[in-house]
Amino acid sequence: MKKLEERIFKFLMIGSTALILSLLLYILYIILMKGLPSLSWEMISQIPSGGFYLGKEGGILNAIMGSLYLIFFSVLISLCISVPVVMYLNFTLRRKSKLAAIARLTFDVLFGIPSIVYGAFGFTVMIYFGLQASLFGGIIAITLLIIPVMIRSIDEVAILIPNELIEATKSLGATNYETIKVVTRQLLPGISTAVLLSIGRGIGDAATVLFTAGYTDSIPSSLLQPTASLPLAIFFQLSSPIEEVQNRAYSAALVLTIIILILSFSARYFSRRLSKNKI
Amino acid sequence: MEILTETLIKVQPKQTRSSKPGCDKPHIEVEKLNLYIQDNHILKNISLSIPDKSITCIIGPSGCGKTTLLRTFNRLHDDNVDVRITGKLFVDCEDIYAKDAEVTHIRKKMGLLAQRPCSLPMSILDNVVYGPRLHGIRGKHKLHEIAYHQLSAVGLWDEVKDRLKSPASKLSIGQQQRLCLARGLAVEPDIILGDEATSALDPISSKTIEELFVSLKDKYTIVLVTHTLRQAKRIADYVAFMYMGELIEFGTADQVFNNPKHKLTQEYISGGFS
Repeated sequence: MKKLEERIFKFLMIGSTALILSLLLYILYIILMKGLPSLSWEMISQIPSGGFYLGKEGGILNAIMGSLYLIFFSVLISLCISVPVVMYLNFTLRRKSKLAAIARLTFDVLFGIPSIVYGAFGFTVMIYFGLQASLFGGIIAITLLIIPVMIRSIDEVAILIPNELIEATKSLGATNYETIKVVTRQLLPGISTAVLLSIGRGIGDAATVLFTAGYTDSIPSSLLQPTASLPLAIFFQLSSPIEEVQNRAYSAALVLTIIILILSFSARYFSRRLSKNKI
Repeated sequence: MEILTETLIKVQPKQTRSSKPGCDKPHIEVEKLNLYIQDNHILKNISLSIPDKSITCIIGPSGCGKTTLLRTFNRLHDDNVDVRITGKLFVDCEDIYAKDAEVTHIRKKMGLLAQRPCSLPMSILDNVVYGPRLHGIRGKHKLHEIAYHQLSAVGLWDEVKDRLKSPASKLSIGQQQRLCLARGLAVEPDIILGDEATSALDPISSKTIEELFVSLKDKYTIVLVTHTLRQAKRIADYVAFMYMGELIEFGTADQVFNNPKHKLTQEYISGGFS
């Protein structure tokens, strides 16, 4: 009987792993099969020329650069907000404080809000300030989207930091500032995971940037100009009836996947190097 | 590395530390100390003067406030808003709970050894020189010299001299505890506080730590909280017995263990309760 139980669970474990793995492989297969043939140097080095959406010449450099701009600045801004928030939650408030519990609940709720809501919210705010769809608007909307992701994933690591570490540094005569420096060292792997997760969520999201960043064929040269982004490039091209353009959507998806992979692996690499001294 | 080590050996450690000029009291003197956590009266009217350059063990059953008392010595309760302290605690004649007392200055005077060793997330070398660096000592050679002396003092130098740059977390737990001691000694304190410093260690490591305490007592004032009576019997010069937040008895180890004045002490050390 015990043996049967053991077997069933083993089967379930292997089964679920295989299911997820095969789904992932299938997605990659589709993107590669459809996207690779139309992926060329031209695709990633040029902006669309006239009639690009009818199957004529040009590339998606506008969307690649747009997405990179958007994600870079929004990750930067949300880091500047999230790290102090986590520090406050964990080290200024006591671990069991009510305020911290309420804050965590709020972040969980924000985490669960669909991205289109952030997009719509960003849009409303922009209208209020008289802004049009722009890089700036997109950055703000994505920042709102990823702050909860970032705070919660840094928080997960910060919760695990032992009180003894803080006491050990303090009892050597460290000021609060010095203590925070040591704690940040311990937090670094957590921060890099958080950045990774937020890049994943932010760069692939179409709904947030739909109203806020807009879409354009050129690379933005200022914060107030609208910008293209990869998810929207995929969306617009995929809705075209022309097959060639549809295939370009798949190659845009491939480019997006490759960007995420490169960012993931480099984040992993740095996090491993940073966590060398972790206690 | 070899040459550096040799030159370091020639440099004599600083033996004389300028401790408490113009103060004739012992390093730590507690006067009518009360501590409340919310409405609970944890430490009750404790007055105690801890003799310099000797080992004082605080013993007592669990929950009697030993650790709480120890932590008041370097103001580790500061971050807990529920804690309220009344009374006076003098470290080198300075009331550390006075309004103008500077907490980093006070903490610099004592090294704390926690129950579990907690190495900082950096290399072995950086761990030892963290304190000196905080207090403004710069220069690679000078810091290396400090590391050499302090690691030798805790008998760790030979074990780690070839891997000073590797993470401190790679050391065994006993080694880490000695590293923490070295780290504490590096800020040149007068006092060493140990909070059940050997309870997480294996017997051999804890024996090493105990021997270290004994060898350090002619230079430092050592206060240890311990819940192993045998340890207190082995190394204590003075013993403070606490029960339910009160200091029941304080005296030399010989007097407390062989001729306790108080009935509770007698019961505790004869194993009546724990």
